[in-house]
Amino acid sequence: MNVHEYQAKQIFAEYGVPTPKGKVAHSVEEAVENAKELGGPIWVVKAQIHAGGRGLGGGVKLAKSLDEVKELAEEILGMTLVTHQTGPEGKLVQKVYIEDGADIKDEYYLGIVLDRAKEMPVIMASTEGGMEIEKVAEETPEKIVKVAVDPTIGFQGFHGRELVFGLGITDKQEQRKFIDFASKLFKIYMDKDVELIEINPLIRTGSGDFLALDGKMGFDDSALFRHPDIEAMRDISEEDSDEREASEYGLSYISLDGEIGCMVNGAGLAMGTMDTINYVGGTPANFLDVGGKANAETVAKGFEIILKNPKVKSIFVNIFGGIVRCDRIANGILEATKLVDVHVPVIVRLDGTNAPEAAEILKNANIDNVIAATDLLDGAKKAVAAAKGEL
Amino acid sequence: MSILVNKDTKVIVQGFTGGEGTFHAEQCMDYGTNIVGGVTPNKGGQEHLGKPVFNTVAEAVAATGATVSMVFVPPAFVADAVMEAADAGIELAVIITEGAPVRDMMYAKMYATKKGMKTIGPNCPGIITAEECKIGIMPGNIFKKGNVGLISKSGTLTYEGANQVCTEGFGISTAVGIGGDPIIGLSYLQLLPMFEADPETEAIVMIGEIGGDLEIQAAKYIKENITKPVVAFIAGQTAPKGKRMGHAGAIVSGSAGTAKEKMEALEAAGVKVVVSPAEIGKAVKEVLSK
Repeated sequence: MNVHEYQAKQIFAEYGVPTPKGKVAHSVEEAVENAKELGGPIWVVKAQIHAGGRGLGGGVKLAKSLDEVKELAEEILGMTLVTHQTGPEGKLVQKVYIEDGADIKDEYYLGIVLDRAKEMPVIMASTEGGMEIEKVAEETPEKIVKVAVDPTIGFQGFHGRELVFGLGITDKQEQRKFIDFASKLFKIYMDKDVELIEINPLIRTGSGDFLALDGKMGFDDSALFRHPDIEAMRDISEEDSDEREASEYGLSYISLDGEIGCMVNGAGLAMGTMDTINYVGGTPANFLDVGGKANAETVAKGFEIILKNPKVKSIFVNIFGGIVRCDRIANGILEATKLVDVHVPVIVRLDGTNAPEAAEILKNANIDNVIAATDLLDGAKKAVAAAKGEL
Repeated sequence: MSILVNKDTKVIVQGFTGGEGTFHAEQCMDYGTNIVGGVTPNKGGQEHLGKPVFNTVAEAVAATGATVSMVFVPPAFVADAVMEAADAGIELAVIITEGAPVRDMMYAKMYATKKGMKTIGPNCPGIITAEECKIGIMPGNIFKKGNVGLISKSGTLTYEGANQVCTEGFGISTAVGIGGDPIIGLSYLQLLPMFEADPETEAIVMIGEIGGDLEIQAAKYIKENITKPVVAFIAGQTAPKGKRMGHAGAIVSGSAGTAKEKMEALEAAGVKVVVSPAEIGKAVKEVLSK
């Protein structure tokens, strides 16, 4: 789960990680109120959406008077912001963050993620703040300082020293401040089951203070049960409504660009099915894992979500029955076709436990647009042919 | 021969009396797995499925001599259960539980490693030595005994792969579902040498997916150390960047962890890489008939 910048900064403040003063606004009036309260003389008006690249997309602007704050809030609130992370459709801006303008001397990057190879968190810092870190990693990897922290000992002084010497911070006061900053950020990472925390840029002011000018945080969904405060920050308007609806039924759904809807049990086989469709010349319309307990209700919901996409020309149901017997799934599919109006051809491949019985059930039902396939390759080929109207 | 588990392996079940634990323990026993008991706190002294229930893993190990634990404990408590197993001297914990917090597994795996306990999973189908011992949730009937070892991040692709291998007239020595979480136990790097050393195994199928770099590490290892033929499939060639594809670890971050780079690395290591899981069986036949 991701949160907005203003929410990340609330968490930073709770832990004493320094940020410029700021306040979120849902309307132009509130934006001006917030600006008055902050006092100025310079403010930054920032669009709050769950995507990076807001500045380049025109969603972050500087105001030098209250009138300008008003103008910019009017401009940004309600705009559809397109950045390299939103996709071409962009995202509607419903909140703006009004923040004190800061005296920027230098820009750094500071982030913490899980290092999957080391199996512990790694703190990444760079003097190339303001740039995309992936780009820095590709072009000038020597400019990124990486310090892995064993959580059983926690953030120690030497971790901090490796960071400041790596970044070339030489002033002792500044070293102390930066180490304190990084140590608090690490505490947030561990305490809140954070998956990714990124501050880009983290700035050094003219007076030698370090401030988080931006804040991006993502949390481990599996750990949200123990963080009701974080769960309360969820902004469902930022999430894909189909993905969310699917997850309520225990389905894992991701929409793609193609024409062939997929319904599969298991994430690996679901990806493998998409790959196979691609392999035989088709394009998958979605990823959909119905999980281990595919039944009439979940299959019906799956059909419903897949068919919301007008591009879908055929559906490939690919189930490898393990503990769940195929004959029951076949009945589930037949049941589901009664619950949902399935107006495109449905190719069904059921393999594994009781597959012959399942084939018999589908054959006897004799439904026009339900077509049986013998294996994965056969199913993918039939789904592609059906999408082209050649079946 | 096989790797890690066989018909003599003594297994306990943590979370024995729960719904999942009961259902799958029974299926495993039907398959022939030597389940010697289970652990559910506050149910010690009872009998379940004809086997003794213990309050703690330490008691279970002392009474039964079990060396392997199959873990069905719910996600919020699974790390605790795994650490308890490690503390009690269990040699291998097979963690089926899905949805374990990453931070918890980070600590649990560190402790397991310290205690010398191997782990498989979490969020995996488990391990099966065909026609001998099933510790997990896979459909046992599709695994015919044979000479192909299988390592997979995905449950259903394990079944798909094993089924094709068997349909082509071959069989499985041992199949291990290693799971698709960001932090997992035994992986390709540990399992490949076991299959290389196993006289029964003549070919290895490895099924990977997008995210992380375990497959890249495996490719380097295979190039230098593995003499048996390897067939590989990497799921997620058509997956969009930055989207988590069902498994917590299956995500292409930036430009890292793509299927393409993994497939290229494996191919360069002499592995027979297939672009669709539908080709796994045929590829195994091809490498074994050379």
